[in-house]
Amino acid sequence: MSKTNKKENFWRGLVSNQLFIPIIALLLLAIINLFHDPTFFKVTMGLNNAGNPVLSGYLITILDYGSELAILAIGMTLVTAASGGQDISVGATIAIAGSAMLRVLCGGEARPTDLAAPVIVAFLVACIVGMLCGLFNGVLVAIFKIQPMIATLILFTAGRSIAAWINNNELPIVPDPKFGYFGGFIPGIPVPTTVFIAIACIIIIALVLKLTNLGLYTQAVGINEKSSRLNGINPTAIKILAFVILGLCVAVAALIKVSRLSTINYSVIAKDIEMDAILAVALGGNALSGGKFNIWASVLAAYVIQFLTTTLYKFEVSSDALAAYKAVVVILLVVFSAPTVRNYLSSLGKKFTSKKEVA
Amino acid sequence: MKRKVLEMMMVAAMTMGLVACGGSDSGDAAATGDTSSDTEATTEETTEASGELIKVGIINNDPNESGYRTANDADLKAMFTKENGYDASFAYSLKNDEQIQAAQQFIQDDVDYLLLSAADTAGWDSVLQDAKDAGIHVILFDRTIDADESLYDASIVSDMAKEGETAVNWLADQGLDSYKVIHIQGVMGSAAQQGRSGALDDKVAAESNWEIVAQQTAEWNAEKAQQIVQSQIDAGKDFNVIYAENDDMAKGAVAALDAAGISHGVGKDVIVMGFDCNKWALEELLAQNWNYDGQCNPFQASYIDEIIKTIEGGSAPAEKVVIMEEKGFDAETITQEDVDTYGI
Repeated sequence: MSKTNKKENFWRGLVSNQLFIPIIALLLLAIINLFHDPTFFKVTMGLNNAGNPVLSGYLITILDYGSELAILAIGMTLVTAASGGQDISVGATIAIAGSAMLRVLCGGEARPTDLAAPVIVAFLVACIVGMLCGLFNGVLVAIFKIQPMIATLILFTAGRSIAAWINNNELPIVPDPKFGYFGGFIPGIPVPTTVFIAIACIIIIALVLKLTNLGLYTQAVGINEKSSRLNGINPTAIKILAFVILGLCVAVAALIKVSRLSTINYSVIAKDIEMDAILAVALGGNALSGGKFNIWASVLAAYVIQFLTTTLYKFEVSSDALAAYKAVVVILLVVFSAPTVRNYLSSLGKKFTSKKEVA
Repeated sequence: MKRKVLEMMMVAAMTMGLVACGGSDSGDAAATGDTSSDTEATTEETTEASGELIKVGIINNDPNESGYRTANDADLKAMFTKENGYDASFAYSLKNDEQIQAAQQFIQDDVDYLLLSAADTAGWDSVLQDAKDAGIHVILFDRTIDADESLYDASIVSDMAKEGETAVNWLADQGLDSYKVIHIQGVMGSAAQQGRSGALDDKVAAESNWEIVAQQTAEWNAEKAQQIVQSQIDAGKDFNVIYAENDDMAKGAVAALDAAGISHGVGKDVIVMGFDCNKWALEELLAQNWNYDGQCNPFQASYIDEIIKTIEGGSAPAEKVVIMEEKGFDAETITQEDVDTYGI
């Protein structure tokens, strides 16, 4: 009997674990690709046009592009948990932060011959700009009590025009090839730099969660704002902080995005990336209405989403139809995370284990 | 009670904020509001200077849309100045209904000429009829519309199909044994995409040694183009031509080639083709990193100016539809002078 209980508990724990859905999705995608074409997993070592060794293959592509999404997923998870809503202005604020970065790097010229300022200065400016955008959203949400989706709609619609205005509608090109390292490869290191940037972000947020009460407070505010206030937590500050952290994540993502091509296109840079980031939060099993959250599940989910995107590209799905396939994933997710379906799954597990016991 | 009033005011303030921001994004400068005040301001000045200025209302797409549009807008702004005898007002929007609203405003302001680059081909009949009834000359530029020819005086457009043909003919002249093309398309259904895709599709259907390795839309987006080409490289596909329907996408494709160590340019493994003749793209040609760039001429202002002068002189323009001259540049023959003259 106790054995049954253990098994049952294991099954229950598995189904209710937040990492369950992203891992299942990952396995599913891996199996589909394995059966369709095992060369999907082939990673080869080659030289790029600058003569440096680089790894290439679908898996590397997934790690490369998934990393920027993972960075955004970190911030988006906190925002979701604290405010019970999502920030839809991420793509537009990437444009703003990226534009500010280029403005500093190129000194307002379209075709400079030298960098006007070191990259680190430009990056810090982008961080400040990103955090200001986050602050703006956070204040609207936390102090003026506007629905997060409506509050962030302002920057969503206006952001790309602001980005264009920062550089007077010019599309500056960064002259220094070293700037391309952030979205590409550092000479001598065959792994995409974005992976290291993502790891750095993950370590930082892990330390913050470990050393501070941010995680606990965020969860408390998301679950019940009033009772958390009664317990001495300031919900306004926690919510604003979540948006500001997302702003910082946005600035890092902007660095990667702008670095990839050493230039910017205000109307299309990071287009629709907020949808992928929100999808990562959902796929990570986080409550979209706020409260309980698990950043690692979101980060894993971000890579799963890039896995899906890359798989779809491999199957040569027309790229304007990608969104439709992701919509199917969203529907499946919503169905699977519904309490009725979860209960049914647990009871199914119960039946399965008890039957085995009888046999 | 007090609190409720405060709440109401807050809500009102927020909605106002939203409306204002929404407007600034579509770049229409709140087509009706701002343009009318603009025109008023300029007319006051003009009465002081001279009464002989020609009043034009220009409706264009958002200059942020692309490098092409930015160049187009700058060209118009440079031409229609007081020094050249014009009193011009501008309205920008990517939305057809906002453009139509702006047109109605211009008709009320009694402009002499209405210059239009329509966001959408449909829906212009009634407002252009109004313009005609008010004795306003309508000149279309850059984009054509689905309306009766009698409703406008002239249209100055690019022939996208010809741009595609010129590019494909150039490619055919390269005399490769086999053509394995990665075709990166613009936003599906746009005139530029249809014209530029059509020529290549026809050629591939007609020739046995032409083959499309992949055909995907990257929606004018460099990042998407990079991912598409990356995916083809990861799959180990063999290709020797990148046919990208604009410069941004060609740039994205080249970034993927660079990362994978595939050589491109004059005399290299992969031929890179782009469109629009951005200055930076022509410089890539000059450096022989790319092979071909097709022009999409954004400089319609001088053509429009000529037509207005003709109409002012009392005669009708010789041709209703003016198709602009457009070139294609080859990396082997391009000069610095070309880059300076034709780069946008």
